[in-house]
Amino acid sequence: MGLVSLRRSAGCVLAGLLYLLVGTGAIADVKPLKLDTTADHSKFKELQQEFQSGSEVTKACLSCHTEASKQIHQTLHWKWDITNPATGQELGKRNVINNFCTSAPSNHKACASCHIGYGMSETFDFTAQENVDCLVCHETTGRYKKPGGFAGNPVVKDTEFPPKSGKIIKGIDLAPIAQSVAKTRRQNCGTCHFYGGGGDGVKHGDLDSSLDNPDKELDVHMAKNGLNFTCTTCHKTEGHQVPGSRYETTGMDNHAALMRGKPDDKGRNTATCQSCHGQEPHKQQAKLNDHTDKVACQTCHIPEFARGDVPTKMHWDWSTAGKRDKNGKPLVVRDDEGYETYLGIKGDFKWETNVKPNYIWLNGVNKYTLANDKIDKSQQPIYINKYEGSPTDGKSLIWPIKTFTGKQPFDPENKTLVVTHLAGADDTAYWTNLDWDKAVAAGMKTAGRPFSGKIDFIETISQWPITHMVAPKDKALACNECHSKSGRLAEIKGVYIPGRDANDLVDTFGWGIAFFAFAGSLGHGLMRVFSRRKH
Amino acid sequence: MAERIYIFKRFERFWHWSQAALIMFMMLTGFEIHGTYSLFGFAAAVSYHGIAAWTLIGLWIFAVFWHLTTGEWRHYIPTTEKVLLIAQYYSSGIFKNEPHPFKPTLQSKHNPLQRLTYLGILVFVSPLIWITGFLYLFYNDWTAWGLTDLQLDWVATGHTIGAFLMLAFLVSHLYLATTGHTPTAHIKAMITGWEEAD
Repeated sequence: MGLVSLRRSAGCVLAGLLYLLVGTGAIADVKPLKLDTTADHSKFKELQQEFQSGSEVTKACLSCHTEASKQIHQTLHWKWDITNPATGQELGKRNVINNFCTSAPSNHKACASCHIGYGMSETFDFTAQENVDCLVCHETTGRYKKPGGFAGNPVVKDTEFPPKSGKIIKGIDLAPIAQSVAKTRRQNCGTCHFYGGGGDGVKHGDLDSSLDNPDKELDVHMAKNGLNFTCTTCHKTEGHQVPGSRYETTGMDNHAALMRGKPDDKGRNTATCQSCHGQEPHKQQAKLNDHTDKVACQTCHIPEFARGDVPTKMHWDWSTAGKRDKNGKPLVVRDDEGYETYLGIKGDFKWETNVKPNYIWLNGVNKYTLANDKIDKSQQPIYINKYEGSPTDGKSLIWPIKTFTGKQPFDPENKTLVVTHLAGADDTAYWTNLDWDKAVAAGMKTAGRPFSGKIDFIETISQWPITHMVAPKDKALACNECHSKSGRLAEIKGVYIPGRDANDLVDTFGWGIAFFAFAGSLGHGLMRVFSRRKH
Repeated sequence: MAERIYIFKRFERFWHWSQAALIMFMMLTGFEIHGTYSLFGFAAAVSYHGIAAWTLIGLWIFAVFWHLTTGEWRHYIPTTEKVLLIAQYYSSGIFKNEPHPFKPTLQSKHNPLQRLTYLGILVFVSPLIWITGFLYLFYNDWTAWGLTDLQLDWVATGHTIGAFLMLAFLVSHLYLATTGHTPTAHIKAMITGWEEAD
């Protein structure tokens, strides 16, 4: 009886499967069934029109996704402004001055290529819903571009830019791009985060275009033939809020792996290693778990950054900028591999690949030198930003960082960093005229800050925590990289590292008594030999 | 014909030599971990040191059982009787070919100086090494055990002090092994079990 009914059920299942196969096969001829979404945006009437601007696309999006822009309005991606609760400092791209292109203010037309909005300016309307750029994060064609000079707008009609230059920027058709939208892919994030600082890999060192399609050696999580993570697998976004921030770094996550629904885990940063791996991730070599209270995972598991054959900038000296070539154009000097080592508009650079990080105690508090802060050349190098941390605050781990050094303009009289007007088609922009006086005066005026009229250059340092490009475990740091006298952690204080540290007094006495025992034995033995000969 | 006594039993000799090998191996790996030299590489040294430690603990469980069940533990009862005489022998008599004032017997195979030395090892050096060694092994559990104020450098330094004391003992022990009536008499006894009195 049971057997018969089993056979009957099996028959039904087979028939059903056959039907499904034949049935879906017929549809597959037209278009494969999408399994990662319930909506095929190319079928929506709202997106089948000729869009004249990015904002028109956004309006179409908002007709269904009614809350999207308002969610975006609450994010750092939109505001470029965040108050660090630990220091009270107002950070974000609208406030900080860095030692790459130094500042977004006064340069929005160029910098806003990486703003998720349309038309960023000093007087931008941050409340306008149609100013949100949905496409830059959601389009999947790879054809969407926000060229520099257009304040974050895409160019829809062929346009001569810069004006009267004879160079044409090809217009793009926004309709197919709008119809392609889907969940954010790594290329969407990479559009800005891989190219920060003015080019591929320039800024972070652990983020560059090699992560578009990395092998396992480069990124054990993101390799396509492996786990194939996207950025949002870790930076698990809810309501458009992306967890994980350099402004508010999680220096130490001392919790177990995150569990869905667990009340204590509410609001935790999902982008930490520990949020998945917990505190005892090493199963086979459990002794390694002894490190997790002092050492960030990244320290051993990212032995070097810029490992994907894309070099990262390590040094930028603005003070040498301004040279022109024979034709009066800003000078360009390239190295053997074609990377620019000198630009008349930017100064001297140093590039490096496979860079060993520096290591610091880091508790996540990122303290900046802001536009108002007093700086003095006698104290150079000045830290543009410096992570706080100590072995004793209970909140710090030993982290790898990229230390980026530079030399940049400052006001020696007012003793402040300066906002420089770099980009723009106007007469004051440094990249047009190579004139520091005009460029800084214009930048400071736009930023509404006092400027003495004097310019000097000051050495600066910025710190970039290294957290991407996690290597497979067999490529993690070997023990003796740190457990040795002059290893990678030679400068780290406040922790006893076997193999590096020893109590000198104990060592001296210890070898002393061992030697004493040896010498005593030797002396005694010799006396035995000689005395017995006599007797 | 010299008098022969079967002084070191089969298990005792096995215990002695395997313990000797393990302790020397642990010194070799331990001082590498300490940063004194590079031999196996830090990772391997740590791993070997741990394996040797657990092996030695296993050996000790058998050794303690053996000592208790056979009554051999009595050889380690400390005494000061004749200790000055023995000290006098090693500092003077030995050079004049005088006979050793202590004759090992089945009832008492260690001379008083040995008994005092082993007492020192048992009550001071061994506990120092084992307690700090255990703490070292279970570093991650300190918080759970309530040892929140314990610092790794204290534990490591204590462990190192223990290691140096063991090293000093080992050097002296190796030398004193040659002070029998012939330089190899004691060593032969430890291998064959038979002690020849002269």
